[in-house]
Amino acid sequence: MSPILNISGLHKSFGQVEVLKGIDLTLQQGDVVSLIGSSGSGKTTLLRCVNLLEDFEQGEIELVGETIGYRESSGSQRRRLPEREIARQRAMTGMAFQQFNLFPHMTAVQNVMLGLIKTKRMAKDEARSVAEKWLERVGMEARRDHFPGQLSGGQQQRVAIARAIAMNPQIMLFDEVTSALDPELVAEVLAVVRDLANDGMTMLLVTHEMRFARDVSTKVVFMHQGRIHEEGTSEEMFGAPKTERLQGFLANSQI
Amino acid sequence: MNFSLFLAELWNARMSLINGLGNTVLISVVSVLLGSILGVFIGLVMTYGGWFTRFSVRLYIDFLRGTPVFVLILACFYILSVVGFDLSAFQAGVLALTLFCSSHVGEIVRGALIAIPKGQTEAAKSIGLTFGQTFIYVLLPQALRQILPTWVNTATEIVKASTLLSIIGVVELLLATQQVISRTYLSLEFYFFAGFVYFLLNFVIEQAGRAVERRISVP
Amino acid sequence: MNYDFNFSVIWRNWDLLAQGLGLGLFLAIVSIAIGCGIGLLAAFGMLSRQKTLRWIAVAYVSAIRNTPILVLILFCYFALPQLGIALDKISSFIFTLSIYAGAYLAEVFRSGLVALPKGLREAGLAIGLTELKIKTNIIIPVMFRNVLPSLSNNFISLFKDTSLAAAIAVPDLTFYARKINVESFRVIETWMVASMIYVVVCYMIASLLRRLEQRLAIPR
Repeated sequence: MSPILNISGLHKSFGQVEVLKGIDLTLQQGDVVSLIGSSGSGKTTLLRCVNLLEDFEQGEIELVGETIGYRESSGSQRRRLPEREIARQRAMTGMAFQQFNLFPHMTAVQNVMLGLIKTKRMAKDEARSVAEKWLERVGMEARRDHFPGQLSGGQQQRVAIARAIAMNPQIMLFDEVTSALDPELVAEVLAVVRDLANDGMTMLLVTHEMRFARDVSTKVVFMHQGRIHEEGTSEEMFGAPKTERLQGFLANSQI
Repeated sequence: MNFSLFLAELWNARMSLINGLGNTVLISVVSVLLGSILGVFIGLVMTYGGWFTRFSVRLYIDFLRGTPVFVLILACFYILSVVGFDLSAFQAGVLALTLFCSSHVGEIVRGALIAIPKGQTEAAKSIGLTFGQTFIYVLLPQALRQILPTWVNTATEIVKASTLLSIIGVVELLLATQQVISRTYLSLEFYFFAGFVYFLLNFVIEQAGRAVERRISVP
Repeated sequence: MNYDFNFSVIWRNWDLLAQGLGLGLFLAIVSIAIGCGIGLLAAFGMLSRQKTLRWIAVAYVSAIRNTPILVLILFCYFALPQLGIALDKISSFIFTLSIYAGAYLAEVFRSGLVALPKGLREAGLAIGLTELKIKTNIIIPVMFRNVLPSLSNNFISLFKDTSLAAAIAVPDLTFYARKINVESFRVIETWMVASMIYVVVCYMIASLLRRLEQRLAIPR
């Protein structure tokens, strides 16, 4: 069986600055992989490449066996796929953002329904029932007719997660989903993510919550200066970090 | 389009066009200056006046802003002569533009003044400044920076509105142009030319405004 | 001042004034509707990554905004026929006012678009929407609500600009006011009533739009 996500030799630069210098990473069905590392190490960029929100110059990303974003045309010229194709591939991954990015002019349930109707071409009624199901799952069914501006940060993030997961993605990407939240709201969001992980959802997440990463991950990846510096199971990485740099990083992070 | 004919006619008409341009500039400068002085007073009254003066000035502003400039110009032109003020078309037009300008500036000044935090006035009072001193040394300098961009905008509006004086017979640039057209029948070329001159005029005002804005901006 | 007010000639001609006002409102509504379309295109043009497109949009907006509307009106009505584009008075005025409105609305829309958080587009991309769907479902609706207050101001000044239709003898309110003025010599009454009508209508438009604003406001 092909892996859900297979990244090989990924390079990405912003102008002169190379932020990803050859990343190889594979996620099997049900894997929960946490990307940790100091800011500027390239974690978020890697995540955004997987969702094709960033272009990348070299390497390949395969999603359930399908190469995404680019096509090798004759003469090994890389060509970006047409927009419609990319939109379809993006819908195979779900993404939750640091800043939630809910659509402010739509209620919680409308936010979740939009992708179902416009991308999945569901009928309105069906989309509504799917959306309501997921809102219930993240504990937001009572607030389904509230607008984002009427919700707390934690509630907004739960709706945003429901919006992503309702698309039935092959893999969920979480980009520091608790960083913008007040401390007392972090727990409710992490509970939702943990719940999804326990349910067997394949996930790739960037997080600063080390305790959470340790508890939830099947694999932890430590990034440093655009490379994977060390990777292993949660026990190996937090229990017996091999490299000095990871030891230093963990010593400076609160667990 | 006959370009060399146009150039020849343009050369022939140069004096009347320059005269017209001069009038346009004169009308605009006088209206903006008088309108701004009046507007600052209106802004002050709107911010610090008692309720009755505030109310009357509000009526004044709303009335002027609700009326099209064109109607204002026609009204000044026709009404004043009836009630015994013997104003020329030029004077009536400048009066209308001045009133129009004052209502805009008044609104801008009020907006800028109420945007200044209350603590500024209190701090000025606490070091013993009078109201006049507070206004001149503390409030106005701060308000000016906010006023400038919109004020420049108002100035370009006045330049554009000055074309309406052509309809009551003031020979400013547009009417001068129309007179040339009625002689030469080169309407396409000369209207385009006039439009271009107005564009340049406003462009220069805008750029000058930006340059001043950069000079006085507080780091 | 010795002047005997006599409004009877105005009342006798109220149907003309009403007709003129109706035509003015019609001109404003049609032009604003077309202008909104032009403005939206121009706003996206100004923010486009393509240099030529950006250049064209910026040139259009700054040229129109810096030219007096009366010059535009006269140009379109008297000069364009030389290029083979001959429109009747009303179409010509609607054409002019739409182009004029487009440039002003483009500036409003552009600042609205710039102010939107970048994340909205990305969130749309992440759920698999195409750029066009993101624009029509998310970007434009949110931007539109945000810029409604400045749109209202523009709507009102465009309505006032319809008074200039009289310059090419389109029979709007100002046209009839001048006519009554010339025929009756009831100067003060005519202009008082005409400007009061404009003031009241502007006021009504403003409060109508404010109510629309409240209705459409995004709850928070």
